Amino acid sequence: MKQPENDWLYEISPKRKVIDLNFKEIWDYRDLLILFVKRDIVTVYKQTILGPLWFFIQPLFTSVIFTLVFNNIANIPTGNVPPFLFNLAGITAWNYFNQSLTQTSSTFRSYAGIFGKVYFPRVIMPLKTVISGLFKFGIQLSILVIFYFYFLFQGYELQPNTNLFLFPIYVLMMALLGLGAGMTISSFTTKYRDLTVLVGFATSLLMYISAVPYPLSEVSGKIPELAWLVKYNPLAQIIEGFRYMLLDTGVFSWSGFFYTLAFSISLFLIGLVVFNRTEKNFIDTV
Amino acid sequence: MSVILKAENISKQYRLGNVGTGTLGDDLKRWWYSIRGKEDPFLKVGGVNDRSAKATEDYIWALRDINFEVKQGEVLGIIGKNGAGKSTLLKLLSRVTSPTTGSIKTKGRIASLLEIGTGFHPELTGRENIFMNGAVLGMTRAEIKAKLDEIIAFSGCEMYIDTPVKRYSSGMTVRLGFAVAAHLEPEILVIDEVLAVGDAEFQKKAIGKMNSLSKGEGRTVLFVSHNMASVKSLCDRGIVLENGLSVYEGGVEKAINFYLSNEKRIIPKDLSTVENRSGTGLAKFKSFEIIHTNGQTIENVLSGDTVIFVFTLDIINPNKNLNVDLGFSIHSPDDELISVLYSSYQNEMMQVEEDGRCIIKCKIADLPYNEGEYIVKGRIECDKVESDWPKVPLGKFNVVKGDFYKTGNLGFNGKSKLLIKGEWDLIN
Repeated sequence: MKQPENDWLYEISPKRKVIDLNFKEIWDYRDLLILFVKRDIVTVYKQTILGPLWFFIQPLFTSVIFTLVFNNIANIPTGNVPPFLFNLAGITAWNYFNQSLTQTSSTFRSYAGIFGKVYFPRVIMPLKTVISGLFKFGIQLSILVIFYFYFLFQGYELQPNTNLFLFPIYVLMMALLGLGAGMTISSFTTKYRDLTVLVGFATSLLMYISAVPYPLSEVSGKIPELAWLVKYNPLAQIIEGFRYMLLDTGVFSWSGFFYTLAFSISLFLIGLVVFNRTEKNFIDTV
Repeated sequence: MSVILKAENISKQYRLGNVGTGTLGDDLKRWWYSIRGKEDPFLKVGGVNDRSAKATEDYIWALRDINFEVKQGEVLGIIGKNGAGKSTLLKLLSRVTSPTTGSIKTKGRIASLLEIGTGFHPELTGRENIFMNGAVLGMTRAEIKAKLDEIIAFSGCEMYIDTPVKRYSSGMTVRLGFAVAAHLEPEILVIDEVLAVGDAEFQKKAIGKMNSLSKGEGRTVLFVSHNMASVKSLCDRGIVLENGLSVYEGGVEKAINFYLSNEKRIIPKDLSTVENRSGTGLAKFKSFEIIHTNGQTIENVLSGDTVIFVFTLDIINPNKNLNVDLGFSIHSPDDELISVLYSSYQNEMMQVEEDGRCIIKCKIADLPYNEGEYIVKGRIECDKVESDWPKVPLGKFNVVKGDFYKTGNLGFNGKSKLLIKGEWDLIN
């Protein structure tokens, strides 16, 4: 009885290819992905009184504080846009990235229990985190829209930009950046946990060099020697671009846009490769 | 029949002790070897996975060079005591982790029932969790939907199916999990003693389901268990693992015999040195062992099997004609007396005419004990006078659940010590 080697459905072996992604398999498990996303959304506000309202509270309070500190005390100008709305837009975008990053960066450890029992493509877990994060992002976006109209009726001249058609791409870039960084960190922390300590405060520091509470132009005006730090930070590009298309404030350049897009995709691919190399054996060390 | 699964030289190495700075050093060394294109230096080291010995090395081989093939529709039993590498093998098969060397090739989807109820979320209802759990185990939504009613009926949780699982009793959760798992339809099913859950009625249902999966539907099954009786009734072939090595592969009966006789290499205790004993000493216990009908010394017996108790006696015989009445008793580990038998009860007197050593055998058919450990004590009378009564046990044996009723049905009451069977009649 002879059988050609390629007859095997799959092979379990220690060999590691650089890119060993089985997209068909991920597609086969799409139902699982959908169910995980559903589960995340449904279970968050089980047994809470305010339910999804909690999603409103954090960005609102943060925006109020930012407005008080950066605009009222530090006098950072925000152009024609009311400072509160300016901050709220930045925080909404930042939150989505931040959540994607911090949650995916603990993938291997938080799901070690289920990973240790059954096999399914591990990448499902970071993917579902990012997708269910979209839901929260949507809710936070809706309050941004509410305040947008509020200020419009207050007589502010607000107008979205034609760049608004880039909105899905901006969301995608945020997701890719969060995923890429998160998956890389998650892979590195299976054996040595040092990085987990870093993630918490690194993200909060990262926010300040990502142009969240101030416009990009302020940096090049006041501290030109450090402007590169913000300029080449893809996140600053995203936040600035996000405000540009919604509020028509700040600067936008196509070169910056494509730079960010390329950066996001590369980081995502790197994350995917690293994640893939780790997933086979992480359960022995996590 | 074609080969559906093939394992070639699979080994798995684990590091002992904590992951710490030591591992960083090893990792750097490993990396340094790999960039120079050399083989991983740590693959050459590593001790045998013997849990009773003290570890001398940092690395251990949980599995070493395992080879086997499984044919389509075959039920393969994997047996071995704790720590033999069974669970590691299952983890590799279910792709939870990958082998250090070697490869496993398969032609079908493998689903494993290592743990049931994986992916259950306490806040979700039973129905939602069926979908969740099914998807985790590799079913599509459509497949689950088609079987939903069947699963719910099997679990016996119809009433609570729209209640969050956190309000379930633990038994209900387990039943629901098993119900989902039992309705999986992979080409290869890996089962790890999940049968030991639920109440008697549910276990019966579960074993029935397992039987119909493997026998009726011709599913390929890899079955891992300590329970020799269920291995015997379910499997065609068996592999015996010991300390991470495959020590026997073949027909299931032979594999089980190999396992039972091999589990411990038994050296009968020398009883002649025991001081704490009473009696005249005309006939004294020298040693005691239990042998299988095939002549092998064993310590593990299946309930319902036939075993032979072998007593070796030292005789000091002044008047050349000694009537030896040998008695033994069987006790539970907490010293509860279960059975006593003297040869005189059956009007058997052993006439010993010579000095020296003699052997008395007692064959016990259909051993009526339930699984557990048992202790054997003994006493000898010569011509109605106590000759020897050691105050320590002669030996012990371990009973493994077996086919006592000769029906393939193991019985489910794990608490009773003594098994009985009867002849049943219905009179209308």
